[in-house]
Amino acid sequence: MANANREPFENKFVEWVDSRLPVFTMIQKEYGVFPTPKNFNYFWNFGALAMVMLVTMIASGVILAMHYTPNAALAFNSVERITRDVNYGWLLRYLHMNGASMFFIAVYIHIFRGLYYGSYKQPRELLWIFGIIIFLLMMATAFMGYTLPWSQMSGWGATVITSLFSAIPLVGEGLVTWLWGGFSVDNPTLNRFFALHYLLPFLICAVVGLHVWALHVVGSNNPTGIDPKGPQDTLPFNPYYTIKDMFGLSIFLIAYAFLIFYAPTLLTHQDHFVPFNPMVTPAHIVPEWYFLPFYAILRSITFDFTIYLIVAGAAGAVLIYNYCWRKTPCEKTKPFFPALIAVAVIFGIPAVLLAFFKDVEALKGIIGMIPFAGVHLIEAKLGGVLAMFGSILLLAVLPWLDRHPVRSGRYRPWYRVALIAFVASAVLLGYIGAKPAEQPFITIGQLATLYYFGFLLVIVPWLSHNEPVAVLPNSIHEAVLAEKK
Amino acid sequence: MQQKFLLTLSFAALLIAAPAHAAPEAAPVKATVEGSAPAATATEGAAATDAASDATPAAPAPAADGNAMTKTDGDAQTMEADGKTAAETHGAAPAEEGGHHAPSLPQEEWSWSGPFGVFDRHQLQRGFQVYKQVCASCHGLSRIYFRNLSALGYNEAEIKSIAAETQVMDGPDDSGDMFERPGRPSDHFKSPFANDNAARAANGGALPPDLSLIVRARADGSNYVHALLTGYEAAPAGFTLTQGMHYNKYFAGHQIAMPQPLMDGSVTYEDGTPNTIDQMSRDVTAFLTWASEPNMEKRKQVGLKVMLFMFAFAGLMYATKRKVWKDVH
Amino acid sequence: MTDHTLPDNPARRDFLYLTTGAVAAVGAGVTGWSFIDTMNPAADTLALATTEVNISSIQPGQSVVVTWQGKPVFVRRRTPEEIKSAQDVNVSELRDPQTDAQRVQAGKEEWLVVVGICTHLGCVPLGAKPNEPKGEFGGWFCPCHGSVYDTAGRIRKGPAPTNLHVPPYNFTSDTVIKIG
Repeated sequence: MANANREPFENKFVEWVDSRLPVFTMIQKEYGVFPTPKNFNYFWNFGALAMVMLVTMIASGVILAMHYTPNAALAFNSVERITRDVNYGWLLRYLHMNGASMFFIAVYIHIFRGLYYGSYKQPRELLWIFGIIIFLLMMATAFMGYTLPWSQMSGWGATVITSLFSAIPLVGEGLVTWLWGGFSVDNPTLNRFFALHYLLPFLICAVVGLHVWALHVVGSNNPTGIDPKGPQDTLPFNPYYTIKDMFGLSIFLIAYAFLIFYAPTLLTHQDHFVPFNPMVTPAHIVPEWYFLPFYAILRSITFDFTIYLIVAGAAGAVLIYNYCWRKTPCEKTKPFFPALIAVAVIFGIPAVLLAFFKDVEALKGIIGMIPFAGVHLIEAKLGGVLAMFGSILLLAVLPWLDRHPVRSGRYRPWYRVALIAFVASAVLLGYIGAKPAEQPFITIGQLATLYYFGFLLVIVPWLSHNEPVAVLPNSIHEAVLAEKK
Repeated sequence: MQQKFLLTLSFAALLIAAPAHAAPEAAPVKATVEGSAPAATATEGAAATDAASDATPAAPAPAADGNAMTKTDGDAQTMEADGKTAAETHGAAPAEEGGHHAPSLPQEEWSWSGPFGVFDRHQLQRGFQVYKQVCASCHGLSRIYFRNLSALGYNEAEIKSIAAETQVMDGPDDSGDMFERPGRPSDHFKSPFANDNAARAANGGALPPDLSLIVRARADGSNYVHALLTGYEAAPAGFTLTQGMHYNKYFAGHQIAMPQPLMDGSVTYEDGTPNTIDQMSRDVTAFLTWASEPNMEKRKQVGLKVMLFMFAFAGLMYATKRKVWKDVH
Repeated sequence: MTDHTLPDNPARRDFLYLTTGAVAAVGAGVTGWSFIDTMNPAADTLALATTEVNISSIQPGQSVVVTWQGKPVFVRRRTPEEIKSAQDVNVSELRDPQTDAQRVQAGKEEWLVVVGICTHLGCVPLGAKPNEPKGEFGGWFCPCHGSVYDTAGRIRKGPAPTNLHVPPYNFTSDTVIKIG
């Protein structure tokens, strides 16, 4: 067993426990002497920060649940009672509602760091996928938590998001009724959302455990993306990174405390303070800020997928596969390329006309002449839902979309520019998501969505084969020394 | 160097993007239409008798109906949305400056704004007087308990006598009957109407919202309440005012069911403060801001201590971190 | 380079560590306390911590049951005979020796106020209503395990270890008792 390699501890109690269950040996190994690349920058703080936020959310959430009543008639009042009457209840509530935002900020920066420094690449694919699963679980948890105060935003947000599932062909309507436990968002919905909101964080904890386990098997990436080659490249985790994480945490908590004490409602909407009224929809429904980019992608699919779009898309996909995903186009299919290009163009023109120019007065005559315009395989509503979930799920397969041998964006100038533009498109989508669905926001949102998917499906695969491979430093140590000079 | 710059830039962009939606947004009518599909779904299942009349407001309607719509409506939120609809029908939609509340609100100086801002007790008491003598005839304040009035500077005896002015329904007694008794400090403020339908019936179809959270439930709430109370004027030429509605320059759509509540001299202050419309609306705004978040001062006090502590702690952590990392080359 | 854990100035480093650690502990402690304090009675609960009883309509020999902090409280207007029987008891023979004077307020011997919870296992004793058995000592009888209380609410028989608890109360006027 592992005990064979165990070094005895001096403290008698510790030794007694450890010889029976080697938890202290494990902590010592994984967090004490764990060899960690010595060149982390502050981006590497955000994993630990996200972990702190998870613990904070669970701790404050468990206590809030002691005061909260998951009943449609009482929920709003119980939340107000927490804010007004419970000792430090206001603090607890603001901790929890702003904690969600801080958790997402930490996780978004953590994801960005992974994207920039290629932390998703071999051998960390599984680690990355666990991360995406955590992100999805967080979104589900946050969404259901938002429902619990039973405000106008809660009820209508729940209605809109659960209604997304009605887009699924055949079973959609039944599925939504099942989710609601009734014919509208009502008490049964609130009750199950509360149960799930309490359950999911513990599921997140479990996946975080896997995430950290996987990390400790393959070791951390670092800003150079070069694997540590020896002791001169690493430091023991404690005290170096425990202290650095603690320092980062103290700065992060200042921002968090500012939100809690001086701007507790900055990130929420005023309709969150109006009790839910199932008869009246508020004038302007927006999700919380952390959902906005995905909400914008959902709304950007304003068009049905007509047969023209499908055929042109299929032809385009074959071409993209050959010229972007493959290093060189497949010799066997190459003779068909001119024909494919012709198909893509011939079907592409009516597809684009139908999708984007339906409302242009001058083109109405031409568009009216297109036959089979009403035939479509995927409705706009379903298309939007697929695009929204696809935008996250595609991230999970990023390790296989990006096959460039260099990990870190530090040595990939082309990828770097494309990635910054990708982040910009996500931020832009977030801005669009908060805007009403009208021009010019729709078109801007569609272009940003196009780039979002273009980056993942075209640019990244293409760069894999075409971006020059830079000469990397021999080791982390050498890179650090070079930087200091 | 360049990449560091790009990193910083994108990081900053992420942070800036966060509160982007906090700014109130424009064109509520469009958004309502967008949300109308789920609204219809919800209405379908709920067997409420007034479902049809309540669900209508989403669609623009002729001016004559506009009035009825507003009156059947749920709460002030929708009254505003309706007013908006009506206004657009008249082609009188104002420029979309402030977003949700079409006209931009005058930004007032409040004693409680800023990280150190506190309430003025005298002002809160005056505001309470305005609420009691003017607003309370139509608007409830049910989340406030008489015991909360100690925050306004009243002592226990005063609170008891204030509470005792109200008759509270209690019971059932030993014979099973409900009975009325004088209010106690542990009772909450009594709403003027037994339920929403009674409130609508008494107010020509419009529901006066409970004011407990009004400042939080409106964008830029304090300024909004003050602006609304002082924003009554004669409708400009060419503006068709629906029967029974009143013109208010700060109300979205400008047509509000509530008649001007404050006139010069509406209440008489004991401390001799001039009882102008502006002064009274300031006072009642202070009171309602307090009512929306009675813990605000406590929050800021604790916040100051926490911030001081956090900065000291961050400084210590920085020193410790430097010390630990000193030998790393 | 070879050993990163070797401090160059142990004293200063230890002091810094200690300070930082202590400050962190204080922060964690205060945060922890605010979390724990949320589980104490909230303001709305505390507001109901006192109960006022109007006793003007209670006839001698009658008692009423009022709710105080979620518990039943017996307010009993004793007859002269009941008072006498309570005063004549030999205190030294009692399980929980208390004179009648210790159980009521001076000058208000007529009024007995006790928490209506049997000190044995928390049942509500019978005897507050006219049709209920008052037990052999004319006070209360607990149906759960047969504890018998006298007209001063003292335990006389059965398993209960102590007398019925007297809550804090005072007469705000001749006709109003404020409990709590």
